[in-house]
Amino acid sequence: MSNLHADTVAFVRDTMLPQKEPPASTVGLLGWGKKNLFTGPFNTIVTILCTAFIAYVLWMLIPWFFSPTWNATSLGECREMLTAAGKVGEHGTSGACWGVIRERWIQLLFGFYPAELYWRPILAFVLLAPALAPVLFSDKVPGKLLIFSAIYPFLFPWLLWGGTIWSPICAALGFVILYAVVKYGSEAIGQLGAIIAAVVAALVWWLFLSGYVQDGLAAVIPLAIEPVASRDFGGMMLSITIGVVAIACSLPLGIVLALGRQSDLLIVKSLCVGFIEFIRGVPLITLLFVASTLLNIFLPPGTNFDIILRVIIMATLFSAAYMAEVIRGGLAALPKGQYEGADSLGLDYWQAQRLIIMPQALKISIPGIVSTFIGLFKDTTLVSVIGLLDPLGLSNSIRADQAWNGIVWELYMFIAALFFLFCFGMSRYSMYLERKLQTGHR
Amino acid sequence: MKKSVFLGALTVAGLAATAGAAATLDDVKARGKLNCGVATGVPGFAAPNASGEWEGFDVAVCRGVAAAVLGDPTAVEFVPTTGKTRFTALASGEIDMLARNTTWTFSRDVDLKFTFVGVNYYDGQGFMVPKELGVSSAKELDGATVCIQTGTTTELNLADFFRVNNISYEPVPIETNAEAQQQYLAGACDVYTTDASGLAATRSTFENAADHVILPEIISKEPLGPLVRHGDDEWGDIVRWSLNAMIAAEEYGVTSANVGEMSAAAGDNPEVNRLLGTEGNLGEMLGLDAGWAKMVIESVGNYGEVFESNIGSATPIGLSRGLNAQWTEGGLLYAPPFR
Repeated sequence: MSNLHADTVAFVRDTMLPQKEPPASTVGLLGWGKKNLFTGPFNTIVTILCTAFIAYVLWMLIPWFFSPTWNATSLGECREMLTAAGKVGEHGTSGACWGVIRERWIQLLFGFYPAELYWRPILAFVLLAPALAPVLFSDKVPGKLLIFSAIYPFLFPWLLWGGTIWSPICAALGFVILYAVVKYGSEAIGQLGAIIAAVVAALVWWLFLSGYVQDGLAAVIPLAIEPVASRDFGGMMLSITIGVVAIACSLPLGIVLALGRQSDLLIVKSLCVGFIEFIRGVPLITLLFVASTLLNIFLPPGTNFDIILRVIIMATLFSAAYMAEVIRGGLAALPKGQYEGADSLGLDYWQAQRLIIMPQALKISIPGIVSTFIGLFKDTTLVSVIGLLDPLGLSNSIRADQAWNGIVWELYMFIAALFFLFCFGMSRYSMYLERKLQTGHR
Repeated sequence: MKKSVFLGALTVAGLAATAGAAATLDDVKARGKLNCGVATGVPGFAAPNASGEWEGFDVAVCRGVAAAVLGDPTAVEFVPTTGKTRFTALASGEIDMLARNTTWTFSRDVDLKFTFVGVNYYDGQGFMVPKELGVSSAKELDGATVCIQTGTTTELNLADFFRVNNISYEPVPIETNAEAQQQYLAGACDVYTTDASGLAATRSTFENAADHVILPEIISKEPLGPLVRHGDDEWGDIVRWSLNAMIAAEEYGVTSANVGEMSAAAGDNPEVNRLLGTEGNLGEMLGLDAGWAKMVIESVGNYGEVFESNIGSATPIGLSRGLNAQWTEGGLLYAPPFR
């Protein structure tokens, strides 16, 4: 007899068995389904009911959606085509009438913008990508593109509205003056004095001088592209124009308002609080009516204050107030230590904001900021109530064409798809940004 | 110092205001374009076509005035207005005239300070019901649910009509005509009521138009016409007589086809001669060219032509002339003499 272990037991495994496949019911589609859809009787019932509902909706929708009416020129013709295709239900023909989209999609995109100039809004919106890239994807593109980003705000209105090239250049000169006065005036009259002087100088330039300089330059060197009146703007182009400009302007304005609300200076603080609370207490539609009707009565007759500009200003102010509150949330979420840390490093107020506070506060507020952007973009459809022909306003005008009177769903679906495209894109970008910046405090 | 600048600016603005209010004609001529307020979309009356050009019965009035004043029916800046913005747009001077299915009422004329220069369409509120309801008169509509646009005169007219006839109804408030069509077709209401022209336009889009009837009762007067601001009667005269020229041209048989020939030389009918400027100096009195009316008729046609091509029986809307026939044919159109 031996005491060896091998002798006392009949079998010893000396190698590992190869791993077995998991049971078929726990992997793949089946396993996923079992885990997520059919755990327990309640979930099973819910799953079956939901599937049945989705199937029913698709069953109704798909035959309606795939309809041979792309080439129709009127609702009546659509109905003939559907009858010929045998799509006749108990309430008459059933099927979408896509002819209206074929005939009017360009109008829904560009409104009444002159057809031969479509390249200008297209170019303006295409150039938006390189202009935004250094801001949005700062780690992936060369920093030199920032110069283009700085030029773009002046290029954009020039491409859309046309006219002489000197007006955007003169507008830009105002900012140069602003910057120069701040830079060289600080030593002479102190920082606050320099800022005030710079704003006054820039305002004087924009309001009184730039007009003459512009006319003079235009007379000497006439460089101009064909001007397009605001009345010709419409459709998706109008929505995007209002949305993009208001979004771009409301973020900096919102930051300033949020900082002002936190300020210790009584006047600044009460002004900011008053502004924010007033704007948030009033519906956007009221502001739009003020822009379209009241301003007309207060301004001297004959003043041609562009209606789209008025609407953009109102939309910007509106979203800036909301933006300020979102950013204030971000500021409030920062631990006090961050402010004290900035102070202990000897940074002044603006340095502390720029280097320490804002990067963190904005990072925290990204979801809120993007929600505000998306909300603002969708709010642009409200301009239809003051007679501007945005996509929704145009859908009404298109129905007023007797050939398409009575078409509702097709137009709304097309417009919804357009808006979804933009809003979904913005929302995905905010998710990317959150991942990139790792906003969580882990 | 700043205060004085501000006051100075106000004075200049005030002066500009008084100057601007007086001479709309000069403004329009200087601008080279007529700013004309139209609806954002009413079938047959105003709608942009696929290439963005405005078309319709009201639009033709704008084009007629532009032709009379500027000699070019395309020199019009169409300003789409909603029911809410139309009056402020006109009062503030954003538009020179409004041609937007607007009912001529006492309060609009007197209280809102506008001048209705005439009537280009006599409308009235009617009812549409499905044929299967078996109703032949609006007085049989006791207890019916009625689709009605809120905030309009139609709502008030409806209440009056049912009260006078001592019958009850249940209103289904809706916002737009498109919504009304959907609700009515879905059976959310038994009756749809709006202006008779709107009912006809709506009915013609139905797949089975024959299954719906428009009841014979017209329960309100809706004289629709172009209007201008108070305070510039010269401009009001131009718009008034441009419209009258279209109406009179039909009466005297002047059409866009024969106006060139008829205006070449004075003819037998002195009224036509004065209208077309081959006799007298009517154009000069208005501050326009002698051929102003000729331009109107040549470019947009006479009233009958405009009616037939936009809302007449040959169009899908298919309105008959009815009250809008010439007075010689039993209608209400009666242009004052061109003398």
